Amino acid sequence: METSMNWKKLLGLPLVFFALIVLAVGCSKKETEKAEDNPDDEDNTEAAAANAPAVAVDMANGATVTGKITFTGAKPTLNKIQMDAEPSCAAMHNNIPSQEVVINDNGTLRYVMVYVKDGLNGKSYKPIEQKENLDQKGCLYEPHVIGLVNSEELDISNDDKTTHNIHPQPKINREWNESQSSGDVKKKEFTQSEWPPIPVKCNIHPWMKMYIGVFNHPFFAVSGADGTFTIKGLPPGTYTIAAWQEKYGEQTQKVTVKSKEETKVDFNFKG
Amino acid sequence: MQTAQLHMTMTGASEPRTARVWLHRYATLSAFCTLVLICAGALVTSNDAGLSIPDWPLSYGRLVPPLIGGIRYEWTHRLIAGTVGCLTLGLAVWLQFADPRRWMRRLGITAVGLVVAQATLGGLTVLFFQPPWVSTAHACLAQAFFCVMVSMAVFTTPEWGSRAGIRFSGARTTEKLAMTVVAAVFLQLLVGAGYRHKGLGMNWHLAGAVIVTGFVFWTVVRALRYNATESGVAPAAIALGACLLGQLFLGGGSLGAKLYYADAPQPMPIFVYVTTVHVALGALTLASAVVLALLLFRSEAQR
Repeated sequence: METSMNWKKLLGLPLVFFALIVLAVGCSKKETEKAEDNPDDEDNTEAAAANAPAVAVDMANGATVTGKITFTGAKPTLNKIQMDAEPSCAAMHNNIPSQEVVINDNGTLRYVMVYVKDGLNGKSYKPIEQKENLDQKGCLYEPHVIGLVNSEELDISNDDKTTHNIHPQPKINREWNESQSSGDVKKKEFTQSEWPPIPVKCNIHPWMKMYIGVFNHPFFAVSGADGTFTIKGLPPGTYTIAAWQEKYGEQTQKVTVKSKEETKVDFNFKG
Repeated sequence: MQTAQLHMTMTGASEPRTARVWLHRYATLSAFCTLVLICAGALVTSNDAGLSIPDWPLSYGRLVPPLIGGIRYEWTHRLIAGTVGCLTLGLAVWLQFADPRRWMRRLGITAVGLVVAQATLGGLTVLFFQPPWVSTAHACLAQAFFCVMVSMAVFTTPEWGSRAGIRFSGARTTEKLAMTVVAAVFLQLLVGAGYRHKGLGMNWHLAGAVIVTGFVFWTVVRALRYNATESGVAPAAIALGACLLGQLFLGGGSLGAKLYYADAPQPMPIFVYVTTVHVALGALTLASAVVLALLLFRSEAQR
């Protein structure tokens, strides 16, 4: 009998420690979330904008912001993606590097998200495009970075011969994780604007990663294969334009735009 | 009938002794499979494959999913978990019929409860997208369950049989230290799991390593100096010290691999292997500490 009671003590001690640590982990996570959810004034304005009724973009009288994302300095050494686990995809590539930094042939940067960070005075705008497409091809996401207006439809397709799972990891929107077999198309949306961009991954093929920025306006663009971007329909005014790159972070510039005029804004990231 | 069987066990009658040997072998096999299960779980985490199967308890709506990419790790983990669950249930049933000690039979049932709780935590991890506290609890309950399985393997050794008394009151310094080491190593595994599942910072685990190292070597030195003549204590103490030394190297290796491959687009094989062995040796360190403590308390009971 005494033995039985002693064993309860023996088992009890680690369990008490276990409970304490679980509590500690839970609390530390909550604190992290609180810190992340604690918005400054600018974010409050964005939140208010997200709740305001969205208005249509005046394309005819709007301003255009164009520019180029250049890259200077030492090129980063990027690790090669190892697709051995998926032979059907490995056969489609030859030593493809990580897409964390994509430098175009003309020395510009691809997949840089350029967006209006500040200056819209809390207004929400309807999307210009009706939907965006995200493709899984050769076990890579195409495009690697995408921008959406909240509640804009996102068509996700799988062109590969293998199954993928799509797993966005948002902080504000609802998280989901769904499998997608070859040839399937899924229609998804993110109902709330969210920044920093939502990381998306495939847990079956862990090298597959991309980012989705969700805004309450359509004034954003992602730099392309020539490093340029174009934002159209911007109402006249003074704005903070931000350029975000997943490895090098964010840069901002103040710019004043006039109706029907094109304004040039270039960004330079250093390696 | 059971009393008679107990009497035969105590007196060393050959048939029950043979049955007891087989029970011990079965318990040892179950403990070994639990270690394999911990390795499989570590492989899942290191390969970032925990959510490669989005559903639970089925896998893609069926028993056997397409075994591609990360699915291979996650599904193998589930398969071994099912096997360990069956082995644990079998051990609990066997103990009900073959072990005369009531607390031992209860321990068998506790093990079944733990394996069910562990499976539930595994399911919650998948269905709620790996919340850090759930994943940490899943990793730590695995270690606690492994300790229970190792303990049952020790308790079913023929040598342990009739000398099953354990007394905590009036514990000597080495015994108190051994219990502290069990708690400290378990705590260290908890913060390690917290770090791996992104709930805690690395500093907790590094600080824990310093504390655990101090306690372990103090305990090992004392056990070898004052308790080496007691049955099994010296090998258990040496095993504990060896496991800890190995853990220090593997911990350094894991950290080095993590830093070296920080920009890698996917988990790299060296990182995966080193961290998996680090987790497995962590479990063995805890098991060594538990066995040492049990042996020390057993010898206390013999006095």
